[in-house]
Parts: sequence; C-alpha cells; structure tokens
Amino acid sequence: MAFQVEIKRLCKSFGSLKAVDDVSFTVEQGEVLGFLGPNGAGKSTTMKMVTGFLPPTSGTAVVCGHDVVTDPLGVKRVVGYLPEGAPSYPEMTPLAFLRFIGEVRGLKGAKLKDAIDRAVAATSLQGVIDQRFETLSKGFKRRVGLAQAILHDPAVLILDEPTDGLDPNQKHDVRKLIRTMGQDKVIILSTHILEEVEAVCTRAIVIARGRMLEDSTPAELLARSGTGRLDEIFREITLGSGSVS
Amino acid sequence: MNVISAIYRRELRAYFATPVAYVFIIVFLMLTGFCCFSLQPGFVAGFYLGGFFERGRADMQSFFSGMPLLFVVLVPAISMRLWSEERRSGTIEQLMTLPVSMGQAVLGKFLAAWTFTAIALACTLPAWITVNYLGDPDNGVIVSSYLGSLLMAGAFLALGSALSALTNNQVIAFVIAVVACLAVTLSATRDGVELLSVVLPQGAVDVVVYLSFKTHFDAVVRGVIDLRDVLFFLSVIALGLFANAVIIERTKAN
Repeated sequence: MAFQVEIKRLCKSFGSLKAVDDVSFTVEQGEVLGFLGPNGAGKSTTMKMVTGFLPPTSGTAVVCGHDVVTDPLGVKRVVGYLPEGAPSYPEMTPLAFLRFIGEVRGLKGAKLKDAIDRAVAATSLQGVIDQRFETLSKGFKRRVGLAQAILHDPAVLILDEPTDGLDPNQKHDVRKLIRTMGQDKVIILSTHILEEVEAVCTRAIVIARGRMLEDSTPAELLARSGTGRLDEIFREITLGSGSVS
Repeated sequence: MNVISAIYRRELRAYFATPVAYVFIIVFLMLTGFCCFSLQPGFVAGFYLGGFFERGRADMQSFFSGMPLLFVVLVPAISMRLWSEERRSGTIEQLMTLPVSMGQAVLGKFLAAWTFTAIALACTLPAWITVNYLGDPDNGVIVSSYLGSLLMAGAFLALGSALSALTNNQVIAFVIAVVACLAVTLSATRDGVELLSVVLPQGAVDVVVYLSFKTHFDAVVRGVIDLRDVLFFLSVIALGLFANAVIIERTKAN
C-alpha cells in the first residue's frame, strides 16, 4: 500500500483567533510538499496537528491509514517529525539522544545501532556525536533533530523549517538528503525560503492567515509570476493581488 | 514497558548529568545530620527536632521526626524541572510526538524522580549503622520509617510534578510546590489545627488533619505499618499523577 497523508478540513482556533481555517489536501508517496507562508500563517500549527501534538478544533488528518484524532499513537509510529527550532535536552549528547529516541521507538541491539549509524552518516554528525547539546551550534542542533526524525526510516517525514540556521553547504546537503528520501516517502516541509521550494519540492501549498491560498507546483508558480521570481508571486498570493507594484 | 524504561533512564541520567544531583544529596545529608544530631531539642514549626544525644537512646526518632519539614523544602527541588523544563525548552513537543502515551511519560518521569529521592535517602544509611553500633535499636521501626519517608517523598513528588506542568519556569514550579507541600504537612501540627479550627467546623478540621501527610507519616514512624497509611500515600501519588497528565494535556500547547 502506498503511503499517504490526507488532511481533511483541519481547523484550529485559539480563543477567537483562527490559526488554521479549513485546510484540506492529500500528499502521496514520492511527493515532497513545500508548505509556504509568512510567519504566523499557520504552518507550524498544521504540522503540530498532523503529528498528534495538538488536537484539532475540528477536522482530522489520516496518516497511512491512522486517524490522528482516534489513533494518535499509530500516527506517531509512522511519522518522523522535526519540531520547529529542533528542541533538545541541553545536558545530553547527540548519541545519547538518538539512542533514547530509538529506544522509545522500539529499536534495540544491532537494529538500534544500525539505525543510529545510518542517521548519523546521513546528517554528517560524526564529529559531534559525544558533545553536549548546549555546546553545539544551531546548525548541528538542527541536524540532530533531522537525524532523530529519520532514525526509524519513517514512511512520512514532517519537517518544520529543516534548513533554518544552516550554512549554505549544510543547506545543500540537507536538501539533497530530502530529495533522495522523497522518492519513497511522503515529505511535508515548511519554509519561508522560496529557493528551497524550487530546490526540493515537487509541490507547493501557500498558506496565509490560516487559509490555503494556492496548491500547485513550484514550476507553475514561477510561470505565473511575470518576472520569473518566486518571491513576487509569494507576495502577490499572501498579501492579495493589489499590493504588487 | 520499554517506553517507560527509556523515559525513566533518560530522566534519571539527567539528574546526574549536572552537579545539581550531587549538591542536592550533600545538602540533604547535611540538613538531616544537623536536624538530628546538632540541633537543640525542641519544636520547630510544630515538629520536634534534634536531641539525638540528649535522648540517650539508640534509635532514629530524632532523625526521622524532622523529615517532613526537610522534604517540604527539598523534594520540590527534585520535581520542579520535570515538566517545566520540557515546556521551556520545547522538548515537550519532541517527547509527545514520539509514540508515547501520556501515562507512560508521566510515570517514567515520576519514577525517575522517586528513584533519585531513594538514592538520597539511601545515602543516610550510615546513620542506621551508627545507631546499631551504639546500641540495640528496634530495626523494624527504622525500616518502617525509611519506607514511610520514601512513600511520603513519592506523594510530595507527585504533587510537585503536577504543579511543574503548570508553568515553564522552574522557580515558580518550586515555589508553588513548596507552598502546597507546606499546606499538606503543617495542617496536622498543633498550630495548624488551631488555625483551621477558627475558620472550619470541627468535622472539616478532622478531614483536613486526616488528609495531612504528617498524620500518616507519624503513624508509620511509630513502627506500625498500617496498610491504610500505605494506601493513603499511594492514592495521593496516583491522584497527583492523574492530575499531572490532565494538566499537561491542557497546557502543552501554550
């Protein structure tokens, strides 16, 4: 069975604020979906609901057959998630952290060791594996977060700003990794870096003020902007057409 | 089971990853020693402390009588970071998007904190050896007192853990936990009862006194392990952890 993430009329309100307002879309295996939008658009909130961290106000997400409202643990098993800011325990080392994540995910012995070796190699963490988190740079922390997300070779990867804080070389490596993994997984990543969408995504969804405004491919978006630049069309979509000079 | 064990081991290691654990144990040992051996015998906040030598008896009553007071101040220092730190650093999002149920997370963390308290208590065992060297104490009473201390610490921890889920600030978590622990401890002291009698009818005062940790700790320290006292502490722990889970469910997103 092909992996699939289906988001059905997802809504989230905080008091009177509608953070996510009736968002629906389906992502299939082999797709890398870029979730685009200005800060505060509802990207992270949507991801938090799909990964089972936040309960939706209404609607739901079905991940590889598991409904996040009725079977959150089932969803959490098949999803690898990089939360915004890649939070980590300051007193731990990446190795101890990855071992902890692996154990919680039910890996042990040789399987756990193989998974850690693979994730460490994929994110080039060899040099800092025994250093405490509090001494690591932002880029390394982000890569440990990524390693943690791919540790159990999940069917679905949800990455909240995966390249934030990385230098250009690291960005290049992470994008390559995402493209490679995207061939047989479902990947949803959020970003506000437009070149990233061009570089890795097969599909782009633009969201602003909680509403889905656009669902197409990066190429289509580019073709629609007169200047051939993504940021023009991004401004046009998210601010409303009148504001493009 | 593996999930709880993984969370438990990570949490327990976190205590010893910084000097905090060692500082805590040293302070705990100094204070128990001071309250037992050095302090002039007398009442402090309704607890009879000190007088180990003046009593001239080889037992550990002076050692255990002040334990509730020490726990009120020290146990919240163990529980304060359990959830507030996860909330502050955002790791709660990492933890709760792993295939972990709320119960497993709460229990794993609590058991780690409880184990740490047990380790601190175990460091006082030389005092037990000392009284056996000095005389012929009733070791049954001492065993039951240690058990009572551990149970009471567990109840304080469950309370503190639930309160630490309310805030993302460790200091606030500590302060409100101390206040809560003080309330359930002092309510059965003579001054506490007197104060309660002013505002509450006698029946209500009896209930509050019955619910005080001191009432049940005093009973166990006398050397009689009554199943009802054990059940009392276990019920407080269960209730505290349940509240803990409810609070996290409601506040994790803030």
